Order: sequence, then structure tokens, then C-alpha cells
Amino acid sequence: MSSNSLSYNDQGGMAVEHASEAGQETTPTTGSGSGFGLFRTDYKKDDDLKEMLESNKDSLKLEAMKRIVGLIAKGKNSSDLFPAVVKNVASKNIELKKLVYVYLVRYAEEQQDLALLSISTFQRALKDPNQLIRASALRVLSSIRVPIIVPIMMLAIKEAASDLSPYVRKTAAHAIQKLYSLDPDQKEHLIEVIEKLLKDKSTLVAGSVVMAFEEVCPDRIDLIHKNYRKLCNLLVDVEEWGQVVIINMLTRYARTQFLSPWREDKLFIEDNEKTFYESDEDNKAKSAQIVKAYVMDPDHQLLLRNTKPLLQSRNTAVVMAVAQLYWHLAPKADVGIISKSLVRLLRSHREVQYIVLQNIATISIQRKGMFEPYLKSFYVRSTDATHIKILKLEILTNLANEANISTILREFQTYVKSQDKVFAAATIQAIGRCATNITEVTDTCLNGLVLLLSNGNETVVAESVVVIKNLLQTQSTQHGDIIKHMAKLLDNITVPMARASILWLIGEYCERVLKIAPDVLRKMAKTFTSEEEIVKLQILNLAAKLYLTNSKQTKLLTQYILNLAKYDQNYDIRDRTRFIRQLIVPNEKSGALSKYAKKIFLAPKPAPVLESPFKDRDRFQLGTLSHTLNTKASGYLELSQWPEVAPDPSMRNVEVIEPVNQWKPQLGKVKTTKPAHSFYSDGDEEDEEEAASGSEESSSEDSSSGSEDEAEEDKSSSGSKGSDSTSSSSEGSDSESESNKKKKTKKKTTGNESGKQSALHKTDSSTSEESSSGSQSESEAQVDSDSGTDQNHQKPKSKMKEVKELIKKPEISLLDLDDFAPPPSSSPIVMPKPAVLSPTLIMDLEGLSLSSTSIAIDVTSPVYVPAKPHELLHRMSGKGLSAQYHFPRQPCIYNSKMVSVQVTLSNEADQKIEGIHIGGKKLPTGLQIYEFNRIESLEPGSSITVSMGIDFNDSTQSANFQLCTKSDQFSVFIQPTVGELLLPVTMSEQDFKVQQGKLTGMNENTTSITLEPKNSSGQPAVHKIVNVANLGLVPSGLDNIHRFAAKTVNAGTLVLVTLELKESLTADLIVNTEKTAIGSMLLREIKTALSQA
Amino acid sequence: MINTMIHSLFLINSTADIFLEKHWKSVVSRSVCDYFFEAFSKASDPENVPPVIPTPHHYLISIFWEKTFFVAVIQNEVSPLFVIEFLHRVAETFQDYFGECSETSIKDNLVIVYELLEEMLDNGFPLATESNILKELIRPPTILRSVVNTITGSSNVGNMLPSGQLSSIPWRRAGVKYSNNEAYFDVIEEIDAIIDKSGSTVFAEIQGVIDACIKLTGMPDLTLSFMNPRLLDDVSFHPCVRFKRWESERVLSFIPPDGTFRLMSYHVSSQNLVAIPVYVKHNISFRESGASGRFDVTIGPKQTMGKTVEGIVVTVHLPKVVLNTDLTSTHGNYTFDPVTKILVWDIGKMNPQKLPNLKGTLSMQSGVPKPEENPSLNIQLRIQQLAISGLKVNRLDMYGEKYKPFKGVKYVTKAGKFQVRT
Repeated sequence: MSSNSLSYNDQGGMAVEHASEAGQETTPTTGSGSGFGLFRTDYKKDDDLKEMLESNKDSLKLEAMKRIVGLIAKGKNSSDLFPAVVKNVASKNIELKKLVYVYLVRYAEEQQDLALLSISTFQRALKDPNQLIRASALRVLSSIRVPIIVPIMMLAIKEAASDLSPYVRKTAAHAIQKLYSLDPDQKEHLIEVIEKLLKDKSTLVAGSVVMAFEEVCPDRIDLIHKNYRKLCNLLVDVEEWGQVVIINMLTRYARTQFLSPWREDKLFIEDNEKTFYESDEDNKAKSAQIVKAYVMDPDHQLLLRNTKPLLQSRNTAVVMAVAQLYWHLAPKADVGIISKSLVRLLRSHREVQYIVLQNIATISIQRKGMFEPYLKSFYVRSTDATHIKILKLEILTNLANEANISTILREFQTYVKSQDKVFAAATIQAIGRCATNITEVTDTCLNGLVLLLSNGNETVVAESVVVIKNLLQTQSTQHGDIIKHMAKLLDNITVPMARASILWLIGEYCERVLKIAPDVLRKMAKTFTSEEEIVKLQILNLAAKLYLTNSKQTKLLTQYILNLAKYDQNYDIRDRTRFIRQLIVPNEKSGALSKYAKKIFLAPKPAPVLESPFKDRDRFQLGTLSHTLNTKASGYLELSQWPEVAPDPSMRNVEVIEPVNQWKPQLGKVKTTKPAHSFYSDGDEEDEEEAASGSEESSSEDSSSGSEDEAEEDKSSSGSKGSDSTSSSSEGSDSESESNKKKKTKKKTTGNESGKQSALHKTDSSTSEESSSGSQSESEAQVDSDSGTDQNHQKPKSKMKEVKELIKKPEISLLDLDDFAPPPSSSPIVMPKPAVLSPTLIMDLEGLSLSSTSIAIDVTSPVYVPAKPHELLHRMSGKGLSAQYHFPRQPCIYNSKMVSVQVTLSNEADQKIEGIHIGGKKLPTGLQIYEFNRIESLEPGSSITVSMGIDFNDSTQSANFQLCTKSDQFSVFIQPTVGELLLPVTMSEQDFKVQQGKLTGMNENTTSITLEPKNSSGQPAVHKIVNVANLGLVPSGLDNIHRFAAKTVNAGTLVLVTLELKESLTADLIVNTEKTAIGSMLLREIKTALSQA
Repeated sequence: MINTMIHSLFLINSTADIFLEKHWKSVVSRSVCDYFFEAFSKASDPENVPPVIPTPHHYLISIFWEKTFFVAVIQNEVSPLFVIEFLHRVAETFQDYFGECSETSIKDNLVIVYELLEEMLDNGFPLATESNILKELIRPPTILRSVVNTITGSSNVGNMLPSGQLSSIPWRRAGVKYSNNEAYFDVIEEIDAIIDKSGSTVFAEIQGVIDACIKLTGMPDLTLSFMNPRLLDDVSFHPCVRFKRWESERVLSFIPPDGTFRLMSYHVSSQNLVAIPVYVKHNISFRESGASGRFDVTIGPKQTMGKTVEGIVVTVHLPKVVLNTDLTSTHGNYTFDPVTKILVWDIGKMNPQKLPNLKGTLSMQSGVPKPEENPSLNIQLRIQQLAISGLKVNRLDMYGEKYKPFKGVKYVTKAGKFQVRT
């Protein structure tokens, strides 16, 4: 404490005495003692606050507002200050203004007329050049719940929905719901706005608008179709809260649009899915029919694939949302991936555990296998809260099977003794459930429970009795001993439920305990009057049953009890007595029923089913409030059944014609890649932001919007505008990348030579992408997965055709649909001649993103493995130990960045060599060795081959290390040729060309070779090349052109080799790779190989 | 109407007084909290209050954070985790701003709290929850600032409007400048274990987090790599981490938020055997008749990898029938609270030559059956300079900025939920 009272004292000079009081009020330590002070303050507050608000000093006003907010926070009414406060709505002081907003939103509903005074201020602010001011004005305006301003709000929302700034549009999306709750009649208009905002491509807007959609028109699924793919693709980049909302909405959407992926395992079709009237055969026929044809819709796959990474989110709500999506939408085989993430959430706060455990409980009933590996994660700790313990117990019970039951029962033994008796009782029930579910352990459990009957704690005993009763009922075998034992307990147990259970058992099985039963009845007759009702009823029950089976011994007792009961205070008991008497005691009045008395009382009774309380929870969508409460919460939307026939998937195809909006990203600058590697939002957003702030800057000198960087960027991008509009198309790409470079340098301060080089053929779409790959380094690996398409956009027209071909390959990862979204025709800005993109091409590009996976650059097996060994250690210098190594050209099993090396060690001495291992290593930085296991001994004359891995860090530096035996050390080294640093990859010719197109300029090494005559034809030359380097063959359409592809082992950088055989023993050799050093070395090696015999 | 999220928020202290309320829509009467108070009075322990309570017209979702309940009022179907996660985020923000999230600190900073809540939630839906953005909007209070504010009359509301909220990297503010550029990483591993009576491990696993404190100028792009990333079985990341690069290369590549944040949490794959750093010898017994019991606990080092075990604290929830304790410890101090029946033995650093021991008698209520279960021992400990899983950071590279930052990695192993059954 506290800036408040301090500053107040200083500034509020005019009201010193109040000051101290105000100080007191905010002092928490004064607690209840300040009650009097508070009261006094309240008493005088009005005048004093009003004066302060009306003064012309901002500091005084601010102080007053702070106190008022304090009052609001405490739930005290300060609405009478409304007129004084509302005057300050246009204040220049931001903090004051904010506090006034807080007040306004709180009281406007109560003071509607006065609230209208503030409206004009907001209307003015809605036109403010600063996007944040516009947004905040809309936020407050829409929060004022005054029906009369509905038209104004509507207008403001419509305007804001086409604002340049995505932030303002986001605010508009929020405002939609507020207006809807204020006036549901506006629904139709609001839906129009939602429709418009759904098309928005900003990740900022996506979450908010989907939320508005869910609120206003969750049934208008048709609005989603066209945006479905975009939403799926944007998902990773949306802020976490928006992700939850979108995932939930998409879950519902998918259930209406796609076919069930579960048809095969019919058992698993949700129980609730089977309607009551449907016969099994119907079902079978139906599923058989569909199983045959079932292929998962690519859009369905898209959703599953794009949500999967979010299982790694730090936000538990996101993880849960993805988990429920998988549970409700994924093929049964794929659902398993969610268990690990759900178990991870159990490390989180108590409340999170509670919800997650509930959901796991529901899942584990249906799919034991999913959580069985994590059984121990559900072990109870004595410090867990009771409701957590009980949920864990529930899950353990669900997971119990023949294999793990003994472990679980051992665990339960600990729990039974718990000091937390509620939990101990629940454990006993759990044991009972395990006993019924797993017949192997029924007897063990029963014996264990009987032991518990001698437990000191009454709750435990009572619970055991009840469970034993249930168990005995399910077991038809003889359990006379147990019943006898329990009869004895009757003297000590006081818990009514337990007493009643024992009595019922004795009555039900009285034939097995013939001798004891009448005695029990005798004892009970004595205590009848003092028993609880539930016990009394069971005494009556027992008496009736005994009367029927053993009337000789019990007739008098029964009559005595019936007489007592006849005058009982409780009318239930009196009624029951009358009923029983009529039924069992034969007299002239008793009707036909008494003949059947025995059948009525001693009919075999079905055993109670001990089942999980979570059994029917699966009728609710996982992760929902309704699921947690196990009742339908208001506003719960049922997850629909899978459709029998999938609606037309082409509805999700996006049309080409789109309204042109100014803020829409310009095609050239559009993030041409959704960088597959990053979570980051991409160029899209940034561009928008730039565009937005750019326009603002031109219209006003508002200093607060946009940082300097941004401003600079704007300049550079507008610079490129100029150059592009004038330049021809071929220059276009150049100047564009120039400007991109400029931009990048400014923004990121990267930009060393190689960075620029590699940037030359990429868009500056994603900053993150750029900065890491642009700055040379090993991180270049990204480039390959960067997928051909990103460059297509800014590539010169000549490449377009290839692009088209490429597109047909269904292989691009995470490409954002938007990338190819209809180009706004008003964007001649950066992209040279966007018009070149014909609609069909765009369609094709779209197709590409839909099928979405990255260009398959898969490592294949080597084309050729040269057997030639290299010497590592000569036997002379190795004192009899010789070593040779060769490169098997296989991916290393120890580490994917290592080159695998096989070392053959031979003992050429006449004695055993012992303890061969790798000793001290002298490695250049970046190199690493995975050693082979120590060889304990090597007999003379024998040899052994071991494999090791070396990470050469994509260089031909040698790895120096010592080969040690028990007695000696030998310094050796392994130096790879450049060809061994590669792993062959497969790709199609088209992909090859596309990739090659990216790797021109400095990344290209060319030479022409004079061939040795033997190598002049195709085959021998190819053989030579694959001998020199571990390259993969790329199928070629032409006989005289041979293509090879590989990636470097460490960084995974692509290396492309092209050999074009020409007339008269010459050939052109081209090597394209970002690793220029490797490129030139490889070129030299191949050249040497081809020009030699 | 899935997303009509949080209607109102009530903050309630552990004596069941509402000390703050905030409404984002129409005002909901305080009386709705009566349902909460009812559940509260039923629960034996604040921890046992159910997180979700239905009332006739609303649903109450609450979290319990350091003696304060955050009770959110919900009207419609919502994902309960969504609300719970958000409430925790609010509590964390308060903690971040005021150093602690308690009734006192909240009441002291009522206006800032209100301003924060206003920014964090719009119409009941989370708006800005990144601490970096919030700090640009509303400056955290410091003693210096309150003095300055007093003199200059300036406020703690940022005059600059935040750019972070608008950027594609919402977690980092623009224009960060430091004269000393530093990047520190703390690798903190926790051992969760249940040890049974006989000393054998029932269950043990290692959970770890990497907390970072990054004070770097500009927009640095960092890459953190591990010597042995394969150890990591299950991971979750701060949104700044590029997931794809993790998947393909097992490196953490990210543009960090400014200041401290949790970079990742991980779970070490369960194939690896977990080293248990201490063993416990215990002999706790309650005599049937004598209304007394014996307590004898010794702790010794087990697999400590040659490091010293520090900060050992043993907490025991003794049975209700224990009235008092008469114990002597060879190391450290012990306290016993006769009301909560919690025995805390603070050992501190372990001396392997002379093992810490706590021994003596327990006096118990007479005429009550003896407790059948011995209390379990909860152990806290700390081992500096050791990540028990063997995880090692390989290197940290920075791109995008020219200066050379100062880098540091610290390893700590702690006991998480480490329980010894006796």
C-alpha cells in the first residue's frame, strides 16, 4: 500500500481528511476494523467525489475515478455519480478515460438516458485514424447495453467489419455477440456481417468471428463450407483461446459433413448412435455397405492433421479440445495419440486434473487400451483432493483386467486403509466392481472384503457389507460361511445401511443358514423399536421370508414383529406390515395372491449390475460442461450423428470471384508459403498490418500507431510498388526480391551474403522463416520441406507450367489455402502481372493445398555401395591390430545427422587383443562421434565389424580419435569424401526441376567436362557418379540427361546433380545446392571421376 | 451458444468473504455465491471444493490459488477447462504484476486489477492474456513508479498503444533494448514418485520444464539444441516455439518473449529408469492401548550422482487422533501444527556422514481405535547442477541480431510429488 493513498494525499490537497479515510479504505489490513471508517466515507463520499470529478484537474478526477472503481469492485452502488462521471468520457487522459469506460459499461444499463450523452464521443472515436482507438471505442460502445442505440451499434459494426485493421475487425466480431444478446432481432443483419468476417484471412479475426458464429447462428453450417479449409490451415497460428472455439466448431461441422470413419469396427459405433428401433441386421447391412466404399474425405484428413500439433499446446483447454476432436472424429486407430497428452495434463493444477480425469474416465470405459500403459499415472497420492482420488479410482477400476488386476488390488489395499474414509469406502466399491468384472479374482476380493468386516472403522465395514451383499447376489455358489460371519457382526455394526443389508442377505439365503436365521430374527425383534426405518423394513422382510420357509420356529416371532410394526410411527412401515400380513398369514379374507406368497418373496432376483457412474457420460461431447455435470447444460449443442451419405464435398471448394477488399493481402506479397516449420503467423497478417498502418500514416501523423520498424517497412514496400508497376515481368521478380531483401535487412538485420543469396528466390513472406534460413547456418534444412509452391508465385512466368504439373502431386505440407485464394484484382503491387494466374491455375493451386503434404523428399536406399574399404590403422603401426572402414551409405541408426561408418577390426597378431574402444577424440567443432561398444577381446586371426556414427557437420573435415586397446593407443582419423556426406533421396522430375529452380545463382555450380570415352554413354557415366557420391537417381524423360538428388546428412540440404551428355565426348555438369562448398567439391569429384577411366 | 463465456468473476478469500467482483455483462447478484459457500462449508478442506458447481440459473467454475478462490459465473455450456485455464492465467498475471497473488496484494492494487481484467476479457471472451502485451497496456506497479507518478501526476496506464497485440508475434513487444544482452535457461526436473513401505518404487517418472529469462535487444531468433533430445518423450511448448522444426530436427527454434517465461515442459520417456536420490528408513507405529505412538524416520542418500542433496523437507499429515509430538531431530528443525496435524521437518542440506534422523513419541487421544494406516511422508529436495534424466543443452545460437549475448544454462533437480508410504 500504496500508490493510491500516497498520491492521493499529495494531490487531493483540498480534502485532507477524506484522504486519510480513502487511504484506509483501500488498506486491506484494516479489515473489519475499518467498517466504521468505511461507513463514514460512504456517508460523505458523494459530495466529495462529485466535486473532484467536476474540478478541472485531471489528477483529482483520476483519483476520484480510482475510488469509484474501488467501490464498483466491492459491489457498492455508485450509480448516482453517473452524470458527473459521464462528462469525462472525452478526457484526454488515457487512464482516466479507461476508468470512465469501466464505469460506463457497469452502469449504462441503469442510466440509459444519461448514457446516451456519451454516444457521440464514441461515434467520433470510431472515425479516429488510430486503429486502437477505433477498436476501443467500438468495444465500449457495444458494451453499453442500451437498446436505443442498437441502430448505431449495427452501423458501427458493419463499418468496422470492413476496417483496414484486423484488430478493429476482431473487435467487430466481438461486438456482434454483444449486439445479438441486446437485440436478437438483428440476427439476420448480424449473420451478414459474420459471413463477411468469416472470409477474413487474418488469424486475429478467425477465433473471434467463429465465436460470434457459434453464438448467433451455430446452425448455419452452410457459412462454414467455403471457409473450412482456410480455418483448418490458419488454426495453428490463431491465438490459443480462438483455437479452442474453432476446434469445437469444426468438430460439430465435421460430424455433419463427413462419413463415419468407424464403420468397420461396428461394435464401436456409439451406443447412442443406434436408434432404438434399428435392428442389428439393419446395422450390419448398412455398415457392410459403407465399409466397402469408405475412403476418408481429404478435408476430414486435413482437419485431423492440422489439429494434431496442437496437442503440444501449453494451454490445457486447447489440448482438451483437440483430444475431444480426435475422440469424436478420428478413426479408432488414430485416437490413441491423445492419451499421452491427456496424461500430461494431469501434472497441471487440481482443477485441470479434475476435468481431465473425468474425461479420461469416460474414455477408459470404452477404450481400456488407450490408458493402460499409463496405469501408474492414476495411482492415488494421500495429498490428492478427495474428488481427484475418487476419479483416479474410477479410472483404475475401468482399466482393470486379468493382467493387471493383481497390481491394482495391491494398490487398493493401501487405499482401503486411507484416513480419508470417503475415499476408503469408494475403494471398497471399486474392489466390488473389479470382483464382478473379472471372475478370476472374485473369490480373492470377497475374502479380502470379509477381512475388512473386522475393521475398526464403521464406514469401511458398512461399505464392505453392502458390497459383499451385491457380490453374493451375483454369485450363486454357496457362501454360507460369509453370511454366518456377517450375522455375527450384526451385534456390533450400527450403520443402518449395513444392518439392513445383512438382514436382507439372511432372509434371501435363509435356507443356507437355517439355524442362525431364526435367532437373528429373535434378536432383531428385541431391538425393533429402536431401529432405523430402513432396518425395520428389512426386519419385516426377514420375518416374512422366514415365516414362509420355516413357519414352525418363527410364527410367533413374526406375529410379534408384525404387531409392533402395525403401530409404528412411520406410515411406510405400517403399510408394509398390512401388506405382508395379508399376503402371508392365511385367513378367510386373503385373496388368491397368498398362494403365491412364497414366489413373491423368494423369487430369484437378478443381481445388481455394478457399473461405472461414467457409463453413460459418453452421450455428451467430451470436454464440455455438460459432460462434467452429467446433465445437459443450457446452450449445449448436441453433436450430430454421422451422416449416412456425405454431403457434397465440392461445397468446400472456394470460388475464384471474391469481393475485392482493400485490406486483402496482395497476391505477390501474400505469404506464399505458410512456413511449414513455424507456428508463427505469416506474412498475411503482417502485410495487412503494414497496409493498415501505412494507410494510417499517410492519413495522419498519429505517432502511436506502428513502431519505427513498421514505418520503414512500409516505405520499402511502397518502394517496391513503384518499381514493380513500371518494370517488365522478368525484372519484376528481381526487383521484388531486391525490395524484399531491403526490407529484410531493415527489419531483421540479417543479411550476410549467403543469406541474401538464398533469399533471392524466396519470398519474404514469413519473417521467422527468413531469419532462420536466411542466416545461412545449419538450419537450412527447412528449404526442402519448404515445398515447391512457395516460389511459384514470384517465379517468372516461364515456370508456371511446371508449377501446374507439380500441383497435381498431392504432397504439400501445411500449405495455407489462402495462399492461393483468389487474388484481389486490385493488387498490381508487388506481383508481376498477377493476371497471368488464370483461374484454372488458381484452382489447381488450391487443389494442391487441399491435398496438402510436402513434396516427398524421402531418403531411399543407396543406388550403389562401393565396397572399397579405407585404411584406418595398419597392422604394423597398430601392433597387430588392423582396422579398415567403409561407408555403408545407410542412414545412421544412432542419430539421423550422422554418417554411418563400418569399421572392421582384425587381429593379426598372435595374441588376444583386449578392450578395444575409442579413446580421446579431437574433433573440430560441430563434429560428433557415436562410438562403437567396447570389444572385450579379439582372438588372433579373427576380425569383427562394428558400426559407428559420425556427424561430420556436412564438412569434409576429418574426425580424429584414438583407437585404444587395453595396452595401447593409436591415433587414427576418418575423413569422408564429399560424396559420403549425402543420403540419396527420391523425387519426381517435376519436383527436381522446381527445386533446381530455387537453387540458381550462387547455389549453382556448372562445368563442362570432356569425358573419358568409356563413360560417354549413359550407364557407365551414371555408375561412375553414384560410385563417387551417394546420390539417388531421378527418373528422366530424356536419354542424354541424367539427374541425381540427395540431401546432406547433417542439415538435410538438398543437393541436385544434373549431367547432360553432349556430342563428341563432352557433357555439362550442374550441381545445385545451398551448401556451396559441398557443391563445388562434388562438382570437382564427379568431374575427375568422369574424365578418368 | 457455446461461447457466452465468463459472465462475472468473484474473488473470495479463505474465510468466505467476497472481496472483489467484476461483471462483463449484466450484473449477476452476489447471492449466486451462496451455492459456492454451501459447497465450501461442506468441504473439509478448501482443496476439496468441487471446481464446477451447478446452480439453478448459472454454473460456477472456480479455482483455488494461494488461499483465494477465483469464482467465474457461467450461464451457458462452455468448455470448463477453458474457464479454468483462463482463471489460472489471471492469477498468474496478478502474481506477475504484484509479486504475489493474495487478497492483500489484490486489494492494494484494486485499480490495476480492474484495468487488467478489463483488458483480459471482452464480453466474457479472452482478449489479451500475453503478459508482454498487458505490460505495454498497463504498467506493473513499482515503488519507484508510484513515487514518480505522485510527483509528475502521470499514470500507470501505458500511453503507447501496444503493437504486440497487432503483430504476428504477439508475445514479444517491439523495440526491446538492453545494454547487457543475456539469455538464461533453467532446466528444472522434478521426480514424481511413490515409494512403498518396503522401499521399492511403485511409480516414478521425471517431468521437466525449461524456464527462460531472456533479455535480448531487438528481435533475436534463437535455436536451442540438446545433446540427447531423444530423452524427451512428451513435450509442450510456449507458442513461440516452431513445432515443425522440433518435429524434424529436435531443436527448439523460437523468437522469445521478453523476460521470463516457460519455454517448454517435457516428460522423460518412461523406459529410462528413474534414479531415486534418497532413501527413507521409517518406523512409525501406534500402540493399541497406550494412547501413544512411535515415530522414527531417517533419510539417507541413494542415487545422487555425487551431488549434495539440499533443501530437504519432510511433510507428514499425521492422523487426526495424534494430539502432540515429542520428537528430537539430529538435523534441522521440526514443527507440528496440532490443528492441521501437519508435521514439517526441515532438514536442509544432507550430510552423508551423519544421516538426519527424527525420532520420538506421539501422544494420541485415548479411547479411540488406533489409526490403521501410517501416514505417508512427502519429501521435497533439491539437487543443484544436475538434471536427473541426464538431459543436456548442447548449444544456443542466435540469428537475426548482431551482438553477442551472454548465455547461461542452469540445471536443478527437485522432488515433485514424491511420496513415501509407510
